[in-house]
Amino acid sequence: MSETFTFVIDDKEIEGCFGQTILEAAEEAGVYIPRLCHLKGLTPFGSCRVCTCMVNGRAMAACTQPAAPGMIVENASERVTEIRKSLVEMLFVEGNHFCMFCERSGDCELQGLAYRFGIAAPRYPYLFPERDLDASHDDIFIDRNRCVLCGRCVRASREKDGKHVFGFVGRGPAKRVQVNAEAALAETKVAVTDEAVAACPVGAILKKRTAYRVPVGERRYDHEPIGSDIEKRRTAAAE
Amino acid sequence: MGKAKIATTSLAGCFGCHMSLLDIDERILELIELVDFDKSPIDDIKTFSGRCLVGLVEGGCCNEENVEVLKSFREHCEILISFGDCAIMGGIPAMRNTIPLQECLDEAYINGPTVYNPSGEVPNDPEIPLLLNRVYPAHEVVRIDYHLPGCPPPADTIWEALVALLSNKPLDLPYELIKYD
Ligand code: SF4
Ligand code: FES
Repeated sequence: MSETFTFVIDDKEIEGCFGQTILEAAEEAGVYIPRLCHLKGLTPFGSCRVCTCMVNGRAMAACTQPAAPGMIVENASERVTEIRKSLVEMLFVEGNHFCMFCERSGDCELQGLAYRFGIAAPRYPYLFPERDLDASHDDIFIDRNRCVLCGRCVRASREKDGKHVFGFVGRGPAKRVQVNAEAALAETKVAVTDEAVAACPVGAILKKRTAYRVPVGERRYDHEPIGSDIEKRRTAAAE
Repeated sequence: MGKAKIATTSLAGCFGCHMSLLDIDERILELIELVDFDKSPIDDIKTFSGRCLVGLVEGGCCNEENVEVLKSFREHCEILISFGDCAIMGGIPAMRNTIPLQECLDEAYINGPTVYNPSGEVPNDPEIPLLLNRVYPAHEVVRIDYHLPGCPPPADTIWEALVALLSNKPLDLPYELIKYD
């Protein structure tokens, strides 16, 4: 059994064990740390920085930073939320996120974060980049307009499906998710049941013929903010 | 003291946000107790009669006329509100933003599969407002005080916002009233 220790998140004492990240220990204790590129079961990636916390006064990614005895973590403070908010706003302006017709709307983690933070409009100018769409596959399509480069598909395909269907090419603003084929998705080994397909937090990788099945008002984030499931564990435990 | 005045306009939008405003149903009777509508498609008043307390802007700017109208709203309104995703991020009209303008015009008037245009000309009458190179969110053209997202924003969102602003209270929308679809 691994040894346990305590550390502090927003004045609350949290139990952690060696080998756990701050985000994992927090989640176990019912404290939600917002995240986007992190997905349980995949190797932490640390790319989106939405999980940024002040750890002993310094900004760190909670999904990659190991928890340690005596750490002082600031999670829900105004200045930390402000950092996360601006990161989410940047993600909105640097892609083409047309929520009004996106099949993923209401169930999208990026949108869910924006709702949770109460973002009415981003404060940065929209870039409207030119991105492409690959609908070559019979059951799946990739709309790169909506991709947030979280790498969840890349990791899930490699670690869960054992296929290496997705990877990144390019750098900076030109970085994009690419498929392991000369031309298009149809020529890869991807299957509609792959974990990589389910791993996408936004509407960038979607299954065809499944859209708009859940009515407005019954979707994941229609009534409760993203992270509520984790926070409920805390209230349930306290009762 | 007279009633506060409110102005509304639809720029590069579909009038859906205005429909949502009408969707406040019988509360519209309460609203006209609180305000007089000035320049607005609701009463078809075409020019400002004076300063307004609140201006509601639907749609972003896709042509020079939109810019002119938006600027006059900024000049005449104490509080200017972007309502709806088109005003906030360009919306459906902004889907053309990743395509060069000439290509858009050629597709619409010359190459499109359903186009019938024997003259092969793209309309260019001086009466027609010139298109901008791309569609701009309202807050990228003038200062905007509040944003009410949604496509369209729910009637309750518009109602809550107007009531708060007209009664001088801070605008603090509950979780369920901020939606992007
Ligand atoms: S396609 Fe989806 S899962 Fe893959 S990097 Fe983009 S947003 Fe992430
Ligand atoms: S969730 Fe930690 S960096 Fe993305």
